[in-house]
Amino acid sequence: MGGYILKRLISAVPVLLGITIIVFLIMSLIPGDPATAILGSYATPENVEKINRDLGLDKPMVQRYFIWLGNMLQGDFGRSYSLNRPVINEVLERFNATLILAGTSFVLCSVMGVLAGVVSAARQYGLADKAITFTVLIGISVPSFFLGMMMILLFAVNLKWLPVSGMYAIYGGGDLPDLVSHLIMPALALSAVATGVIARLSRSAMLEVLRQDYIRTARAKGVPERRVVMGHALRAAMVSIIPVLGIQAGFVLSGSVYIEIVFQWPGVGRMLVDAILTRDLLLVQGGVVFVAACYVIFNIMVDVAQSLLDPRIKT
Amino acid sequence: MKLVTWTRRGLAAFAIGAVLALGGAPAPTSAQTPEDVLIVGQIAEPKSLDPAAVTAVNDFRILVNLYEGLTRYKAGTLQPEPALATEWEISEDGTVYTFTLREGVTFHDGTPFNAEAVKFNFDRMLNEDHPYHDTGPFPLSFFFGSVEKTEVIDDMTVKFTLNAPYAPFLSNLAYPTGLIVSPAAVKAHGEDVGRNPVGTGPFKFVEWKSNERVVVDRHEDYWGENAASQAIVFRPITDANTRVAEMLAGGIDLMVEVPPTSLGQFQGDGYTVHEQAGPHVWFLILNAKEGPFADKRVRQAANYAIDKEAIANDVLEGTATVAAGPTPPAFAWAYNEDLDPYPHDPDKARELIKAAGAEGAELTFYVTEGGSGMLDPVPMGTAIQADLEAVGFDVTIETYEWNTFLGEVNPGLEGKADMAEMAWMTNDPDTLPYLALRSEAWPDKGGFNSGYYANEEVDRLLEAARTATDQAERARLYKEMQVIVQEEAPWVFVANWKQNAVTNDRVEDFRLAPSFFPRLTDVKKN
Repeated sequence: MGGYILKRLISAVPVLLGITIIVFLIMSLIPGDPATAILGSYATPENVEKINRDLGLDKPMVQRYFIWLGNMLQGDFGRSYSLNRPVINEVLERFNATLILAGTSFVLCSVMGVLAGVVSAARQYGLADKAITFTVLIGISVPSFFLGMMMILLFAVNLKWLPVSGMYAIYGGGDLPDLVSHLIMPALALSAVATGVIARLSRSAMLEVLRQDYIRTARAKGVPERRVVMGHALRAAMVSIIPVLGIQAGFVLSGSVYIEIVFQWPGVGRMLVDAILTRDLLLVQGGVVFVAACYVIFNIMVDVAQSLLDPRIKT
Repeated sequence: MKLVTWTRRGLAAFAIGAVLALGGAPAPTSAQTPEDVLIVGQIAEPKSLDPAAVTAVNDFRILVNLYEGLTRYKAGTLQPEPALATEWEISEDGTVYTFTLREGVTFHDGTPFNAEAVKFNFDRMLNEDHPYHDTGPFPLSFFFGSVEKTEVIDDMTVKFTLNAPYAPFLSNLAYPTGLIVSPAAVKAHGEDVGRNPVGTGPFKFVEWKSNERVVVDRHEDYWGENAASQAIVFRPITDANTRVAEMLAGGIDLMVEVPPTSLGQFQGDGYTVHEQAGPHVWFLILNAKEGPFADKRVRQAANYAIDKEAIANDVLEGTATVAAGPTPPAFAWAYNEDLDPYPHDPDKARELIKAAGAEGAELTFYVTEGGSGMLDPVPMGTAIQADLEAVGFDVTIETYEWNTFLGEVNPGLEGKADMAEMAWMTNDPDTLPYLALRSEAWPDKGGFNSGYYANEEVDRLLEAARTATDQAERARLYKEMQVIVQEEAPWVFVANWKQNAVTNDRVEDFRLAPSFFPRLTDVKKN
């Protein structure tokens, strides 16, 4: 197992290097430069040139790439010009918030999605199945930002049960109940689509397994239905559900961009959008590399979990 | 069967739990903000709180409460009045400004405000050899590009020598780029001074939590009258709908830049809607160098063809007025009251087009998706396209993201487009025409005259107005310039934006400023 993990980690290195090249190229080649973004209407060629010089953007592209990569390997992600602070501080602070939001959503959608899938598979074509399939269809079809806005209107503006936006109350907050009350709406809105997808795939994975001979054998020898479904069938179905969870984790992470904007959640997705609009090269590059690295590591963890569940996958 | 019972039980438990969790949540606390603490909904996170380093109005709104400059805008106007300088003398030739500084002012860190501090601030920004010049970049330092040297005469007197007479100097000193930072803070924090701001203003900095809030407290030892509120919290809420929702839920007390379509939500008793015209003009640059707009009659035709009333009232829901010329009415002293906007007259437009032989001309029109001061550029562009097609033009819109758009428009429209949207917010009537209408300001000469307008008389008037130190004389020159420019129509003059804001009924004495960045010293919250 140790060898397998090591092998996977080593294979992640070229992936990450590739990501650094792609993100660097994209940010260098898109039209509009940081100086124009800073100066706006005042971007005369003279002013632009001065700012580019101050930011070290007057060097050739290849040289800039290697300076950036070299610094990053030594742990220096550079300085965000638009926020006037080190990139790594900003990314870590923001990633923490994203992790809370995306992590909660991921747990929510995994638990709710798998449960819904199991129930509708066990009661195929029954009332519960139909109700769940219908709800899931709605969950998949409604865009998350729209769902978020509707939730704000209902629960925050009209009913005043929950705060509209942000992560903590401006005054007197900061404890766990405060965080939870701010987290409920964005986490639910963010998990809606993924819950639907996971429910659908869990349902079909379960149906597949429930048709197997050993399930019939288990039932024949009198194993209680609940144990047949939750024990025998679900464990086998998890092998095909877990990779889906891994993929959905990626979607939850990227979907958090919209949700973070709607709920003013201080996360990394919002930060990247702002950074792209202001052409904050180092912040975009550093942020993307950091998030990509986390995603790669998460995927390795998923693969490892899968190989633990299914011995047939070679380690 | 057992699975079903379990699920029902589980569902019931879940439902009860959910109801308890939601219903039992401390309902009103989320909406109840403390007394005496004003909570402002901003449109974005500030970039930095170092006045020399930032360019956005959104940041200026915080800065003018923390810092002061040598001059400031007199309430309700764009006229400079004394602030940290109590008086000044201008030499005969308009190149030497000597300021007497206010006695007994200290920065929030306790260090004294004096001539050395003023010199430090301007040298840091302008002098590349200054030990703290690397705390930049200072994108708007060219506002003080005419300053040749800053000298300390005595502790409370400072002298600026300019390389040429430059009339906007006093009003540039009132602009946020001229706000004075504590030299001790710059020395202590280096390039992080933007996160640890120290000024002399009525509020002092307390904390900045990324993407959550900037908190400032009343400065009890302020030299003037103390601020009415104990503290102000600036919350960045980028999404306009979320900002409106926060306002409705009571999470913020004051909201700036209300989307026109949301104004209706605040018509009730609980809210006050504020409006204030500012030094903003929204226009179309016309390519006067080539194509149909090289002919003055076609440019005038475009001005007649476009229904600007409809744009201001319907597209912008009354949040703008129709622009008459290149200078916004907010510069009251320099604005020519006698100018009437081009009326909407499609017949006259067709006549002019026919006379110029430009019937059915194909036009390429650059539109941006959004940007500083651009209001609602896509719907506005579409309305303009429809109006121009109604008089026989064939208009193709090309849409660009803001930075890309500037990269296309600023180098000039030649060979690419016939017209482009643009908007400017400035602090002096000199800035926009000087940078965008003179023949010396064509893009290849480093200016913003992207439509290549050229008129010797306009050039002469603008140079003269910049070097004249007498305001009445300057006003006369600007008014004359506006008449010529309106008649020659290098632009289609479309709209002047009225900035808006909403306060709830707990807020008293709030007033917007023509500069777009009001000082909140007198604002009280109950």
